[in-house]
Amino acid sequence: MATETHDAAGACVDAGGSALGMPQLCGDWMSNQVFWLVVTLVAIFFIMSRIALPRIGAVLAERSGTITNDIAAAEELKNKASEAEAAYEKALVDARAEAAKIVAEAKAEIQAELDVELQKADAEIAAKTAESEAAIAEIRDGAVKSVTAVAKDTAKELVAAMGGSADAKTITAAVNARMKG
Amino acid sequence: MPVKTKVTRVATEDKAEGGLVFHPLDQFIVKPLFGDGPVHWYTPTNVTLWMGIALLAIIGVFVLGSRGRAVIPTRMQSIGELIYGFIYKMVEDVTGKDGVKYFPYIMTLFLFILFANYLALLPMSYSPTSMIAVTAVLGFGVFICVTILGFVKNGASFLGLFWMSDAPAVLRPIIAVIEVISYFVRPVSHSIRLAGNIMAGHAVLKVFAGFAALTLVSPVAIFGIVAIYGLEVLVAGIQAYVFTILTCVYLKDALHPAH
Repeated sequence: MATETHDAAGACVDAGGSALGMPQLCGDWMSNQVFWLVVTLVAIFFIMSRIALPRIGAVLAERSGTITNDIAAAEELKNKASEAEAAYEKALVDARAEAAKIVAEAKAEIQAELDVELQKADAEIAAKTAESEAAIAEIRDGAVKSVTAVAKDTAKELVAAMGGSADAKTITAAVNARMKG
Repeated sequence: MPVKTKVTRVATEDKAEGGLVFHPLDQFIVKPLFGDGPVHWYTPTNVTLWMGIALLAIIGVFVLGSRGRAVIPTRMQSIGELIYGFIYKMVEDVTGKDGVKYFPYIMTLFLFILFANYLALLPMSYSPTSMIAVTAVLGFGVFICVTILGFVKNGASFLGLFWMSDAPAVLRPIIAVIEVISYFVRPVSHSIRLAGNIMAGHAVLKVFAGFAALTLVSPVAIFGIVAIYGLEVLVAGIQAYVFTILTCVYLKDALHPAH
């Protein structure tokens, strides 16, 4: 029986199925290992070089392309955003300047109107004052005339009452002389 | 009948140790998948099975994982992309721009070793990269391809790799001899490094597992298994990386033999 097992398993295994020496050095098995190794290596090589490696290489290239594109797009968007920000800042500054200009214009307009109105008011005031002064002068003249007339009449009456007679010319001269004094 | 006597001797030794059974190398035995017949070169064996599982795992990660071709990757696709980027950058950095067209070959080597190493860490699995025949095919394959490539690309000036033109004239022939020897040792060290690391790690795991049968030391043995397993997880990745980067270095020597 031992001989049978020995024949079946080759020269490298004992009757109990244990290795005799190193199985690595058993010449009977080497051709088998080499054959199946070559088969496996050829299979791996064809599967890798025909299917897997081109596919993975394409995926990696596509990914790096996508990443590059995305970074470029992000850069572009960032530039656009900063441009928009600059435009906004500029618009803000412009609007502020415009507002300041409008305020200054309005102020100037109001000032001009105010000046005109003030002048007009001053002129009116001056006109009224002159008118009033004229009226006062007229009233005073009227009063003086009335007083003179009354004085002449009174003097004539007085002279007549005292029995004298005097002509109108003398009395007028005398009254005028007194009025001046 | 020398074989038979040896068998009896081993059996008695096992008995003498009282239940302690060490067969740390049995895990490397090549068995036919179907039946008990002899192992011919074409017989589907456990080597075939685990190489096939590695192939399926590679297809799962790289073909099924990337079938969506998503710009935003799924988890599986990003694993594939990380490995792709890692190896692509390594090839580009070490060999330069003109080495990039050999990237699929180097990727094939790396993936086979990486997946075989990691799948071998599953319990009950088989580790094809621990077999010297497998790693020798890989190592000598790289050596032969790189040497032919060097002569095709550079003609006789490829031999300038061995001639240190900036060394003193007296030393140049001696250095050339050393360089030639070291050049021919490359595939040996290249393949034994990988097989040795993986085999030693798995054998040590089995030895600790054997000690775990002894009640007295089993806590220590199980802790040892855990620790060695952690180390082996590192070794599996590092050996795949080392094999690949050395391949890149040899390829660089073939493309740019001038020192």
